[in-house]
Amino acid sequence: MKVNDVFWGALLMALGAAVLLAVRGYPNIPGQPVGPALFPSLIAMGLCVGGALLAWQGWRDRAQGPWWAWEDWVHSPRHVKALATLLGSVVFYIAASDALGFLITASLVMLSLFRSLHVAWGRALFWAVVATLVVHFVFYKLLRVPLPWGVLTPLAW
Amino acid sequence: MWTAIGQAFSMVFEPYTLMVMVLAAFYGLFVGAVPGLTATMATALLVPVTFFMAPIPAVAAMVTATAMAIFSGDIPGCLLRIPGTPASAAYTDEAFAMTRKGQAEKALGAGLVFSAVGGLFGTVVLIVAAPALADFALNFSSFEYFWLVLLGLTCAVFVSSGSPLKGLMMLFLGLLVACVGLGNPAGFPRFTFGTVEMTGGIGMIAMMIGMFAISEIIRYMVDTSPQAELVVEEVGSVLKGQWALAKKYPVQILRGSVLGTAVGALPGAGADIAAWMSYAMSKKFSKEPEKFGTGHVEGIVESGSANNSALAGAWIPALVFGIPGDSITAIVIGVLYMKNMNPGPTLFTTNPQNIYAVFLLFILANLIMIPLGILCIKVAKRILKVPREILMPMILLFCVVGTFAINNTVFEVGVMLVAGILAYLLEANKFPTAPAILGVVLGGMLEENFITSMIKSGGDLSAFVARPIALSLALLTAVVWFAPLLLRLLRQPAGTRA
Repeated sequence: MKVNDVFWGALLMALGAAVLLAVRGYPNIPGQPVGPALFPSLIAMGLCVGGALLAWQGWRDRAQGPWWAWEDWVHSPRHVKALATLLGSVVFYIAASDALGFLITASLVMLSLFRSLHVAWGRALFWAVVATLVVHFVFYKLLRVPLPWGVLTPLAW
Repeated sequence: MWTAIGQAFSMVFEPYTLMVMVLAAFYGLFVGAVPGLTATMATALLVPVTFFMAPIPAVAAMVTATAMAIFSGDIPGCLLRIPGTPASAAYTDEAFAMTRKGQAEKALGAGLVFSAVGGLFGTVVLIVAAPALADFALNFSSFEYFWLVLLGLTCAVFVSSGSPLKGLMMLFLGLLVACVGLGNPAGFPRFTFGTVEMTGGIGMIAMMIGMFAISEIIRYMVDTSPQAELVVEEVGSVLKGQWALAKKYPVQILRGSVLGTAVGALPGAGADIAAWMSYAMSKKFSKEPEKFGTGHVEGIVESGSANNSALAGAWIPALVFGIPGDSITAIVIGVLYMKNMNPGPTLFTTNPQNIYAVFLLFILANLIMIPLGILCIKVAKRILKVPREILMPMILLFCVVGTFAINNTVFEVGVMLVAGILAYLLEANKFPTAPAILGVVLGGMLEENFITSMIKSGGDLSAFVARPIALSLALLTAVVWFAPLLLRLLRQPAGTRA
């Protein structure tokens, strides 16, 4: 996705302004001329000035490119689906891993990703289970990362 | 000193460290050889594993894996015309043209041998320059450090690819991210939105895994280009004729290594920029520039040594000042802090054995590159045929679990995802990522030295240029800032005349 720099410039200026607003109430270090607000304010001012320059450049060069351009994949449902699965699966992992447990969540994530990349069902199932078990073994057993068991807690090994 | 060197030897030649190096070497060769997986990504993915290692094996894993990955990035470039890592992109067309002419062995061999030579050259410079610089840096106060960090960040903005303004904006974004949390001189919670997770700041490792691994996975998912065809079935002996090349192009090898080390040491520019610059330089000074692009080995020799020497060069500012020379050392610095091997000049005086061990690791990594590299070329066909539709989801799972392992919270996984999406979007709009990384890594250091200096001087800005070294660094920073502007002003009248 390519967007004209006017948009990015405006976004950066808005971010700078938001930071300036947020640091207004920060106290100074007692007895000192400086405080925790100084450094972020300098950055925020930089963002505002730079954002303005960028927006101006984008406006000046607006004839050279479209305001908004998508890459080729947007017209390919297969690729859109794959991307949506990728982003959705990470969000799903964040939301569900605690309750469902690592083994179930990771297998589901793997299976849906393999399927979105057109791996045949049998192969997808096989690799989803193998990848989940190997990662679980390495991180849970060898590196002692407390991956959640979720609903499988009674079966924990 | 000798006892320290002895200690370094015993740390490096411990069976565990050697085993880690061999495993990391295979890992690096594999990651580098698979298109779409970069050397930086290899380093980022190593972090969760090195988490559980002692400092020296952890550094060993990173040094070895990156050196191998930068070399093996040449393999798909040569055989498929797709660079395995961005550092090989400069001469991919050249190498592929050689393959078309039936000289794949020569191209791959040149990549391998002169990678090792360049890597060793960069290591020698690292060994000589780093302790000397550290000695000098012991006299630095917060004023000098403030300017030094500012100079580093300035370089990152101007040497990174793309427009300096966009680089500057990325730097500011990085600095802003570094502001989040309690970790500031006042210990005041900033931009935490009232959450507990944010008080500790935004996890650097999670962010880097997002920026370098997740963004690549996104790119793979939406990649619509057709699959490349393998043109060579069998690769013969790659070492044949390399000695003749070394005798034919000694100046090119030296020039590539020197330029590579220097570019590597510049903050923000790493192996990829070093390779592009030295390929261009090679063409410019070549006696037969017309042959470039038609399958001529000269440019490969020069830029192949440049990209590997850049790796070692990047460690010079990283070890001495804690200022990363490229995105790989930016990750390494994060790991060094976790391992209580805080970079800085005192590292050279208090724990010299660790520094000597790092030097040794570099030498060793570049030496084992040749036999393992030959092995990798032999099985290249198989590596290139690894089904990526199976590999990529596995990498994602590894990223998720690895990021979770940092603090055992899914919050970090969220940071990783957001960082990955942002990096993908911004890169698609030609915002360079290197300045943002440097901003995140150096933001804390810049602010701390700035605020400390302000407190020391009672808010008097003239104190920032009162000490001679501080003044020189300030002037140097100003030169980098204003040189492009001045050059443009000088050129403009000439342009209007023409």
